[in-house]
Amino acid sequence: MELTDKIFKFFGGIKPNGHKSISTMNPIKRLPIPKKLIIPVRQHVGKVPNIKVSVGERVLKGQILAEPVANISAATHSSSSGTVIAIESNKIPHPSGLPDLCITIETDGKDEWIKNDKIDRSRLSSEALYEVMKFSGIVGLGGATFPTHIKLNSNKIKTLIVNAAECEPYITCDDMAMQEKTKEFIEGIQITMDILKIPHAIIGIEDNKPKAIEKLKISLSGSKNISIKVVPTIYPSGDEKRLIYLMLGLKISKEKRPVDFGIQVFNVATLISLGRFFYHSEPVISRIVTVTGALKRPNNYEALIGTPIQELIKDAGGSPNQDIIMGGPMMGFKLPHTDVSVTKAMNCLLAMTDDMKSKDTFEMPCIRCTKCVEVCPAQLQPQELYWHAKSKQFEKLTEDYKLFDCIECGCCSYVCPSNIPLVQYYRYAKSEIRDQLKSSEVADIARERNEFRLYRIEREKKERAERNAQRRAQTSDIDKKKLIEEKKAAIAEAMKRIEEKEK
Amino acid sequence: MIAAILIILSITAFIGLVLGYASIKLKTDGDPIIDRIDKILPQTQCGQCGYPGCKPYATAIANGEADINQCPPGGDDGVHKLADLLGVEYKPLNAEHGETKPKSIAIIDESTCIGCTLCIQACPVDAIIGAAKQMHTIVEKECTGCELCLPPCPVDCIEMVEIPETTDNWKWKYPIHPIKQQH
Repeated sequence: MELTDKIFKFFGGIKPNGHKSISTMNPIKRLPIPKKLIIPVRQHVGKVPNIKVSVGERVLKGQILAEPVANISAATHSSSSGTVIAIESNKIPHPSGLPDLCITIETDGKDEWIKNDKIDRSRLSSEALYEVMKFSGIVGLGGATFPTHIKLNSNKIKTLIVNAAECEPYITCDDMAMQEKTKEFIEGIQITMDILKIPHAIIGIEDNKPKAIEKLKISLSGSKNISIKVVPTIYPSGDEKRLIYLMLGLKISKEKRPVDFGIQVFNVATLISLGRFFYHSEPVISRIVTVTGALKRPNNYEALIGTPIQELIKDAGGSPNQDIIMGGPMMGFKLPHTDVSVTKAMNCLLAMTDDMKSKDTFEMPCIRCTKCVEVCPAQLQPQELYWHAKSKQFEKLTEDYKLFDCIECGCCSYVCPSNIPLVQYYRYAKSEIRDQLKSSEVADIARERNEFRLYRIEREKKERAERNAQRRAQTSDIDKKKLIEEKKAAIAEAMKRIEEKEK
Repeated sequence: MIAAILIILSITAFIGLVLGYASIKLKTDGDPIIDRIDKILPQTQCGQCGYPGCKPYATAIANGEADINQCPPGGDDGVHKLADLLGVEYKPLNAEHGETKPKSIAIIDESTCIGCTLCIQACPVDAIIGAAKQMHTIVEKECTGCELCLPPCPVDCIEMVEIPETTDNWKWKYPIHPIKQQH
């Protein structure tokens, strides 16, 4: 792919107030090891990994707690040393508020590492590397949590794009990571280029991160194969396809993925953890979380996976009864429970401001002003999607209005003068449609099985009838006569016995 | 005069040929309306509608013998869809045929099972595995929750268990926001 300095502006998008400076005043903070770590067994998209420890067992930092069971699955590790005190259903940070299986570890404060052999990449075949990667626990740390080893298992990639846009307001974890962990970040990019066997990587970064850009430019001054492309600050520039368009001018339709064009996109935090894994044999046991919003001391924290979020909020000057959004104000969701712990997907904890709260409580009728159409980066008709989702006309939504092209960026809700929670309607409609599809698949299987059963019963009946007919046909006339005579003799004998008895 | 008759005759002959060809070429197997009704039905094969399965019920609806509101597992949604398809008025579910229950599957208490095979014969989708005097078990993935295995069991060892809501099957809820008061 040819690299130009030109910026290709995508359609729509918004320019919200970033609120980023409030959490970038101080360096990334680390808290003392929490007394208890509550680690959800599954923190990725895919199959639930298989638990490998039992209650009462002592575990070391970096030890595998659960192993991947399939290709789309990832490992979960212990973030410190201590004792497993429970393996049970516990609250997790999920929009449903439903519990999921978690492993609780009582830490011993020693923070004792498990002895990991250094990974010698040059000796590993690509298959062996894939297997090793499966146990790294590395998933997309931008929030999608898709297992990374799958994205690395491709030989069709020509360009690596580093998604450092971080376009959501308030979130600054990637910005701070690039400033403070520049070396590890670049190591991660190089490792990834090595694994994918590609010569070139481009970092796409929004122009609202001058410090990080400066640092990277200094560190990369001698490098020819990693370049930086500064893109304007327009939300949602961090969306994969929007970013690719901004940087390369390449439009990727809904049906296609960047991989089809030889492009793979990785998030900053994911690359840092890749670097850590290959240079220091360190699995994903911590992540950087931006703790910001209506707090006294917003900051970025390098938190162990499983740290209760209240410890972070308390340190940032918040109180336990504050409403918290996980993720940013545009795409995040309000946590149903605020006594959950840090997971791999948690890039930001946003204490809701009064303004956000008031937006959360009312909606006014749609006046069809079509402001949403002007900002929709997927070039949809958000007002039509809204009408049809509201009236539950799902067929029209998918066929006529391309609901599944919606990236749920929230631009439409942001500009809506009637304060309609548009994205919530789309999420509702999407999950209903997905459920209907699944039910109809299940129904198809049931129909097939029922039809087969009826066919089987019919077939068995026929076979039995055929068998009987065959038996009848096989016995010859002489045999038949013989049989009849034998029977007659038996009857005669019986009659004789009766007569004798009567005498 | 003769020319006119010939023209008319040739036109009718041509149209006849086209129609004859179309009737062979575009022939549909079976009644498509039955399949379309069957597609809407949930395929539990439970027989609560009074027919021995979803297809027979679909056939009965198509023939005008059964009403559209006799399928409890299909629920209100199902009745709406049938009403839309057939262009008839919606009517609420007929309570005589039972109520819509949350999705469940049957579970055999394997320690009580005597291996009589009666449930295997009752299962409309062959979702029960077992043999005479051997313990039976239900393939959860295939179970439609029809409850047909419950009555034949001589030791009452089958129980219906509701499918719990987890983070995997959870759905986003319909947003409920009060409309702002106008002052």
